[in-house]
Amino acid sequence: MKQAVLSFLRGGGSALPGYRLALGVTLLWTGFFIVLPLCALIIRPWQDGVGAMVAATHDTRMFAALWTSFSSAFLAAVLNVPLGLLLAWALVRGDLPGRKIADALIDLPLALPTAVSGITLATLYGPQGWLGAPLAKLGLVLAYSRTGIVLALMFVGLPFVVRTVEPVLKNLPRDMEEAAVLLGARPWQVVTRVVIAPLLPALVTGFGLAFARGVGEYGSVIFIAGNQPFKSEIAPLLIVVRLQEFDYAGATAIALILLLTSLLALVLVSLVRRRLSVWGEQR
Amino acid sequence: MRKYSLWVLTWVLIVLVLLMPPAVVVAEALKTGLAPALASLSDPDGLAAIWLTLEVTAVSVLANTIFGVLAAWVLTKYRFPGRSALLVLVELPLSISPVVSGLVWLLLFGVQGWWGPALEQAGIHIAFAVPGIMLATIFVTLPYVVRTLVPLMEQQGRDAEEAAMLAGAGFWNILWRVTLPGARVALFSGILLTTARAMGEFGAVSVVSGHIPGMTETMPLHIESLYNGYQTVAAFSMAALLAGMAMMAVLLRSAPEWLARWREKQA
Repeated sequence: MKQAVLSFLRGGGSALPGYRLALGVTLLWTGFFIVLPLCALIIRPWQDGVGAMVAATHDTRMFAALWTSFSSAFLAAVLNVPLGLLLAWALVRGDLPGRKIADALIDLPLALPTAVSGITLATLYGPQGWLGAPLAKLGLVLAYSRTGIVLALMFVGLPFVVRTVEPVLKNLPRDMEEAAVLLGARPWQVVTRVVIAPLLPALVTGFGLAFARGVGEYGSVIFIAGNQPFKSEIAPLLIVVRLQEFDYAGATAIALILLLTSLLALVLVSLVRRRLSVWGEQR
Repeated sequence: MRKYSLWVLTWVLIVLVLLMPPAVVVAEALKTGLAPALASLSDPDGLAAIWLTLEVTAVSVLANTIFGVLAAWVLTKYRFPGRSALLVLVELPLSISPVVSGLVWLLLFGVQGWWGPALEQAGIHIAFAVPGIMLATIFVTLPYVVRTLVPLMEQQGRDAEEAAMLAGAGFWNILWRVTLPGARVALFSGILLTTARAMGEFGAVSVVSGHIPGMTETMPLHIESLYNGYQTVAAFSMAALLAGMAMMAVLLRSAPEWLARWREKQA
């Protein structure tokens, strides 16, 4: 213990100057900007008494909002897996004409400010929008419903899947597929056993990143969501509503659940990925 | 044949999903022509929003760049107990919902927050004022400079730094003349990412701002007010400007690469 403290104070034995100054600034900064707010988030809900916290979590509107957020984020991430795989495949292996432009466009949802994505998607898929109007004629209503939420989350999450699959696909030797074909594998066998299997850890990671982002997403969703309580109200929006009602305990309870779920999702993903890559290496 | 259908499918997907949204922004902004679009931007509340966004972005970028360089230095040039925990902590804001990133500052400085009432009495306004917007933006953009610098500075090792130290250089000299020149491109990229994120932050800022037009409305918040007030042209004009600024920052990250290629051609 004493050794650890000494090592911490001395920078683990490195003689380079500036350790204490840089460490001091880093600790102060992360302390004020990250540790302190997190402490407030964890302690604050219990401050009005355990009873108030229990009451805050016995809220059907909250459960409905959490369910909307989780199920929409899950569905959007699931749908993004095949789409992301297709795009990554076309970029890396497909000799796609205009590859450079396509490659730059993939990052667009990350570069677009969320409020801009929000009003844009609501307009595009809205009843008078370029895509919304023709689809409405076919009887498909996209905006102001759960479908709208899923569409917005798919837009925001797509780059995560493409960008995690792409580098792995690049490193995958191309001759493996040829070898499989020569050895008599059928096309679907090549796809599932030679292509998808080594990509599985990356696909899971991409899925997890998209899901974690989707659970907390706010700006790109609220304009297209409709925001009807119990139907199309996402959890982050309910936090804002509770804050407007000065119900800090209620808002913080939702925030804590959101934070824990997205952290849990990221931890689970890294566990699953480790499991899958061990499996992949053994084959 | 199969190749062509893959190409067509991919491009249809890219056009529908990725290319249409920016096209909608431009089309909606210019629906009544260029003049009304430009006029809507020079409305006093619009100008105030642009100015506030520039201010908040400048402060966040400056603060997080200084912190980011020092944190990356500590995290890569030394091995000390608690190093990996610190790394996790620094990246934490990336996995927190924007709304929660705003909420935590209200818990500290809001009307019912821990220190809000006391500070309010002392005449210091943080929540529903500009300082709160800055705190929330710094929180959200805190990881970017560190994240781009750490892998690169880790790769650099510390041989050059140790040699400089033996030659008698102090901390600032080593950092400024030995470490940073090699990490210039990564630092540039991290600063630009921070800039793009800071300008566009919506959820976190929305919670702490109080939405006072002309006072605490940044560009994203002003876009929301305009859109909800059915001022579509003004909303999309502001959106086009903001998206243009953010995308410019993201694209500029490749500038060092372009410059190197251009120099190669000249030589």
